[in-house]
Amino acid sequence: MKFNIKINGKAEVVDVDGNTPLLWVIRDVLDLKGTKFGCGKAACGACTLHVDKVAIRSCSYPVKFADGKEITTIEGLSQGGELHPVQQAWKEEIVPQCGYCQPGFMMATAALLERIPHPTNEDIDNNIVNVCRCATYYRMRKAIHRAAEIKSGSNS
Amino acid sequence: MKKAYLIIPMLLLFVAMVSKVDSFANNDWATSGLDESKTIKSEDSNEKKSEDDVEESHKAFDRMMEVLTHKRCVNCHPAGDAPLQGEDSHVHHFGVKGGEDGHGVPALSCNSCHQVENNDLAGIPGAPDWHLAPISMAWEGLSRVEIAQSMTDPERNGGKNIHQIEEHLTEHALVLWAFDPGVDSEGTPREVPPVSKEDYIAAVKKWVETGAHIPAE
Repeated sequence: MKFNIKINGKAEVVDVDGNTPLLWVIRDVLDLKGTKFGCGKAACGACTLHVDKVAIRSCSYPVKFADGKEITTIEGLSQGGELHPVQQAWKEEIVPQCGYCQPGFMMATAALLERIPHPTNEDIDNNIVNVCRCATYYRMRKAIHRAAEIKSGSNS
Repeated sequence: MKKAYLIIPMLLLFVAMVSKVDSFANNDWATSGLDESKTIKSEDSNEKKSEDDVEESHKAFDRMMEVLTHKRCVNCHPAGDAPLQGEDSHVHHFGVKGGEDGHGVPALSCNSCHQVENNDLAGIPGAPDWHLAPISMAWEGLSRVEIAQSMTDPERNGGKNIHQIEEHLTEHALVLWAFDPGVDSEGTPREVPPVSKEDYIAAVKKWVETGAHIPAE
């Protein structure tokens, strides 16, 4: 079955089974490898991306629900050659260790900052519940606050 | 003779109307404005009908409550802001919260994972409007009677009258999901309530029709 999706601003038509997880359409059909497979049951968050600007766990999101919607992956987070504030902050705070889960964390953080521009530690705890086996949580927390600063232009 | 054709159906209609009105006779929220109709019937038949209705209502209540106290319902009516999950009703993993409107927090809505239908490939349950009940409708830890009192109290149920409650209980897709809950992440079917969907819906309707009586503790 054919589905029309706009991915990182580009219109695409994919011909797959409607129950195929969006993650596998993105990785295997559209060849965008930035979004990662972690647990396959929407638990760890490594596969997080945006569907119509909402953070979604793509490993458990059937592609049929993405029909006609706009999807943003880690590859589409920066615009016009400029790093997204989240990417810039991640770089400044040297957040990643192995790095595997980081795209999911960054996409979740980008969605958070759109809704809560200056999150408190409690906001971060409640909204960013992805899993990092390297335990980079401490650096991530600093990077999220830093990203909020950069995004608001208060300390860039 | 022709008059009989008119009078008999009118009498039947009258009896049916009186019977319907009487079915709500024992609850304050249902009786306002009905006093005049009540006086039409004799006191004896009124008492007998009322007793029968109470008995039927209590039976329907028992059946209905077998479902409403089941984990498939109570897991989303927790006594806090965190949903419960699983057959053991553990607190939802990863610190998931219902948030202000019960649909999750800004960057982690219920729909980040739960869609409008079950995802049996990943074992994630789904139904339209997946969300947590408001804290005023917390059922976790309550008795059957306390749940019913909470459910019928407009102060706690979002201002619903008994017919809106009936509609919620018998037609809302999220409520009826309990009878088609899909499989967990291991592929094991989730437990369904001990009463069939059809019997449950019939019980709710009977409970309302007979006055929605709540038994004593």
